[in-house]
Amino acid sequence: MRARDPQKRRRDFKEVALGLTQAQAMKEAKRCLQCKKPKCVAGCPVEIDIPKFIAAIKAGDFKGGLGVIRNYNMLPAICGRVCPQENQCQGNCILSKKSKPVAIGALERFVADYEIKSKAKDEPVTIKPNGIKIAVIGSGPAGLTAAADLAKLGYEVTIFEALHEPGGVLTYGIPEFRLPKAIIHREIERIKKLGVKIVVNWVVGRTETIEELIAEEFRAVFVGVGAGSPKYMKIPGENLNNVYFASEFLTRVNLMKAHQFPAYDTPVKRAKRVAVVGGGNVAMDAARTAMRLGAEKVYIVYRRTEEEMPCRLEEVEHAKEEGIELVLLANPKEIIGDERGYVKAIKCDKMILCETDESGRRKPSCSGEEFILDVDQVIMAIGQTSNPILVKTISGLDLWGAGYIKTDYDGKTNIPGIFAGGDISTGAATVISAMGAGKRAARAIDGYIKSLR
Amino acid sequence: MFKILHRETVAPQVISMTIEAPYIARHAKAGNFVVIRINEKGERFPLTIADSDKEQGTITLLFQKIGKTTEVLGKMKTGSSIRDVVGPLGHETPIQEYGHCVLVGGGIGSATLFPILTALKEKKNKATTILGARTRDFLVWPDKFSKHADETLLTTDDGSSGRKGLVTDVLKEVIETETVHVVIAVGPVRMMQAVSALTKNYSIKTLVSLNPLMVEGTGMCGACRVTVGGVTRFACVEGPEFDAHEVDFQELANRLGFYRDEEMESLQKYKTTCKGKCKKTN
Ligand code: FES
Repeated sequence: MRARDPQKRRRDFKEVALGLTQAQAMKEAKRCLQCKKPKCVAGCPVEIDIPKFIAAIKAGDFKGGLGVIRNYNMLPAICGRVCPQENQCQGNCILSKKSKPVAIGALERFVADYEIKSKAKDEPVTIKPNGIKIAVIGSGPAGLTAAADLAKLGYEVTIFEALHEPGGVLTYGIPEFRLPKAIIHREIERIKKLGVKIVVNWVVGRTETIEELIAEEFRAVFVGVGAGSPKYMKIPGENLNNVYFASEFLTRVNLMKAHQFPAYDTPVKRAKRVAVVGGGNVAMDAARTAMRLGAEKVYIVYRRTEEEMPCRLEEVEHAKEEGIELVLLANPKEIIGDERGYVKAIKCDKMILCETDESGRRKPSCSGEEFILDVDQVIMAIGQTSNPILVKTISGLDLWGAGYIKTDYDGKTNIPGIFAGGDISTGAATVISAMGAGKRAARAIDGYIKSLR
Repeated sequence: MFKILHRETVAPQVISMTIEAPYIARHAKAGNFVVIRINEKGERFPLTIADSDKEQGTITLLFQKIGKTTEVLGKMKTGSSIRDVVGPLGHETPIQEYGHCVLVGGGIGSATLFPILTALKEKKNKATTILGARTRDFLVWPDKFSKHADETLLTTDDGSSGRKGLVTDVLKEVIETETVHVVIAVGPVRMMQAVSALTKNYSIKTLVSLNPLMVEGTGMCGACRVTVGGVTRFACVEGPEFDAHEVDFQELANRLGFYRDEEMESLQKYKTTCKGKCKKTN
């Protein structure tokens, strides 16, 4: 996909990827072989009928193409931008054996953006309200999807969000330059038009408990609160000034607009030399954000090689183009501070890769050598774990692992009427898999409500 | 939107506000706090729930005007609304039948201590309160405390009210003359640190309510992390109260000062562009 000039974009927050032109999109759509047994569909977590939407584009029916996607996915403008297509639909594309796969993600984005640009009015959806109230906790991808599907089935849905703005990770986590806020707003408005109410500033188990919600008015509850608690390395120096967890760093900028301080009241420290620890999308987002805040040098410190990085291919490519340096096979062991308690360097072990582990990736182990990078800011982006405080307040709920909610494939928990999905039940994953979970849970909730009669 | 129902100057630069927040009021317990954001461009910051009224559906917040945000908040009138208030957050104070409790408050630390005091009294504890401030005017709620506590002792730096000296001087006397089962201290970091150092010598269980910087207040970002007993803890969900003898106060003080330059810049800009008289709050 076309992207803005790295030299220009690395210092501003405008969107990087430019999307396809109409001509490009139609040309790309023509490449699709319209397989009888499409592998791409099997690779899509929500099983969008991909050949069908591409056929519509080929025929110049962009609206029709979008309609096909919307049957499966309420948030195409978002998924077209943030899905790891190379591991999903595109990764399965039969063409990738010989040449390049069809750019399915770019096409998805194209039809969604085409609608925005053409200022098309939403077609009114006819909903037969059934008067049954369902609560959705969390307004990230899982919650929004569940809410939209339930609303279409006639339920009266209220979403409860802990922050002051809806969107979950789409709002506080993913930067403007990768997913413009205007796109999220638009999708959320569309969901509101289905009759979904959104209550912000509402923390599950604190402002009210799920038991109270059920006792008062809601017949079922979907919990989609995300994984939401940062992991950290437990190495010396992690609490020095100018060590951020990526979730704080990104929340300050994405949600609180700290890059516009002092016009906005929330500050963020602009550093000269930054080390971001981790190899996922969040690490890339943090590194690229630090660059946009004016850093002279940004390193991504990762303990394996580029091949094993869990982030989307496009993100690491974009990061490198913007001048971010990968420091590979490096595992931080200490963050060194000055006498005032501020970061001045990070000490890392040099790693070597050994045998493969359960994840199928080669395991890093210490080579015995170490080195020091002089930096004045460190951002930890090594993943998310469950936020036990939130799930603990639901008494009797079965959990697994580090405090994730145990559910069946459809999101059913051990408590009748309580459903869950997304990162809070699977552990940190992708936007699209959370949406898939929200979809299945909506269907399961509908089944549950019908079984009560 | 959360409507301000009542506003009162409690001490110079210290204001109390009663806000309509029925859900929060219904669930608020001693030790809980809220995170607020005044307006669209505002920052999120925590304030202790100093009092709550379930019937009226209100909570009372107390704050000191020390930066731009609190200046702006301080100018908000009765009848106007705060954009975002979320809570109640944090653990509630463990209220037990301790016996004799000594509550030590510095400045607006009183806001945190007051609901703790009333909760402790409900459990039939004996409660001694020690409140300290620069001068008599700066003492926060001495009358409210003396109504509920068995004994209320005041100290000021200049002796204009109560004893001249520090809260720790008075605390030491109390410890040496009476049996003390637990000390709860809330106030500036240095004060809590001094109280902690003192009670450690006497091996008296001591709780402090920590006030690190926070962003969202629900355990999601780690901004509020503190080191307690050598372990990183998130004050917003695992605190805000911790065993004083385990707290790394130096780290807390460092982290609290992290944005001092930005705070100054923000306040300066606010004062010079609005001269503090701006009608618009942002
Ligand atoms: S304030 Fe974000 S984790 Fe505590």
